[in-house]
Amino acid sequence: MTVAAGRDDGISGLLRSSARSLTERWVELTAAPLRGRVSRAELERELGELFEAFLAAVETGSRDVDDEAYAEVRALLSELSRRRARAGFTPTETATGVFSLKRAVFEVIEGDEGAGIAELVTVSQLLDALGLWTFEAYAKAREEVIDEQAAQLLELTTPVVKLWDGVLAVPLVGTLDSGRTQVVMEKLLESLVNTGAEHAIIDITGVLAVDTQVAQYLLKTATAARLMGAECTISGIRPHIAQTIVELGIEFGDITTKASLADALLHALRRSGVDVVRGRTGR
Amino acid sequence: MTAAAAIELPIGADEDIVRIRQLVRTRAQEAKLSLVDQTKVVTAASELARNTLTYGGGGRVVIDMPTNGRRVGIRARFIDEGPGIPDLDLALTEGWTSGKGMGLGLSGSRRLVDEFTLDTEVGRGTTVTIVKWSR
Repeated sequence: MTVAAGRDDGISGLLRSSARSLTERWVELTAAPLRGRVSRAELERELGELFEAFLAAVETGSRDVDDEAYAEVRALLSELSRRRARAGFTPTETATGVFSLKRAVFEVIEGDEGAGIAELVTVSQLLDALGLWTFEAYAKAREEVIDEQAAQLLELTTPVVKLWDGVLAVPLVGTLDSGRTQVVMEKLLESLVNTGAEHAIIDITGVLAVDTQVAQYLLKTATAARLMGAECTISGIRPHIAQTIVELGIEFGDITTKASLADALLHALRRSGVDVVRGRTGR
Repeated sequence: MTAAAAIELPIGADEDIVRIRQLVRTRAQEAKLSLVDQTKVVTAASELARNTLTYGGGGRVVIDMPTNGRRVGIRARFIDEGPGIPDLDLALTEGWTSGKGMGLGLSGSRRLVDEFTLDTEVGRGTTVTIVKWSR
């Protein structure tokens, strides 16, 4: 069952008549740079489907990839690009999938006496547009991956750890922004409730710079912890950070600060009535 | 040894501030600033970039490395086309803020750097230039 194209420019006929050899050549050309990371069978299925959809779209007579006729081609391409992006393929490897069809078609046109420049240009424009579409879908998928990872990182990088009975610590690393502070604050306050801890230590050894916003976030978190009946210590203030904080004019008020996490832990232990005594065993 | 070319970065979101901090830190290391001075200029840049974003409605920063005789420095110019600062003395007052910050950003960063120039006009925007020299 063939659909006669309304105003055929010879392309659909050309594609249809050599459909089999085209798909084969396409798979071959695409497979080479992927070096076996996608199985041959899978490629044949993917590209076969895509080719069918492309052919059907071309046969409607439409030559505009934004047209309704190309909806299925676009959907399949997006799907394909997403899969490639997620599997860690480079943009070149992904876009080659489309551009190698161009090469396959060119080869067919070359061997076809009847076909000429006009067909060449039209096919070229069509496939270029689809190539760009692929790239956009690829970039979008990558951005999604990055967003997901950022969210994961946010969770991962703010653990609340128990140092001792009743002593919790939050080691902060990297950049503190409002989103992260919110996560830190929530997790810390929640853990205070769950464990009944009376001391919380926020360690900022891994924070590169303390500006007024970071200081404000730290103060807010410490105040919130205090409101819940826990004492909050900020530790890990290194010399250059201390000097910067002083020049900037930030005051930590009556919140206890310590140079190292060890000092803060000792402070918390003493406050909770634990005596730290060096044992005699082991020299 | 040629000084690195001026680099311009946009200030339009929180992520941009992180990027600016990283660039300023790299440049400060290239200028052979001490760790304390690096931290100071990075912190000042962070404050001013956030001011540009919060109060100037976004803008850009131009970072370069001027030389003064034997000394190399790092210079950052924060430019916005926002509402400008109507009362400069008030804005530079410790603890005063028109927003909900601590009110230390402008006055504090002035103390953190060697040179601090503020050029503002209501309705036209604000440009703050800071320089930190190597010792």
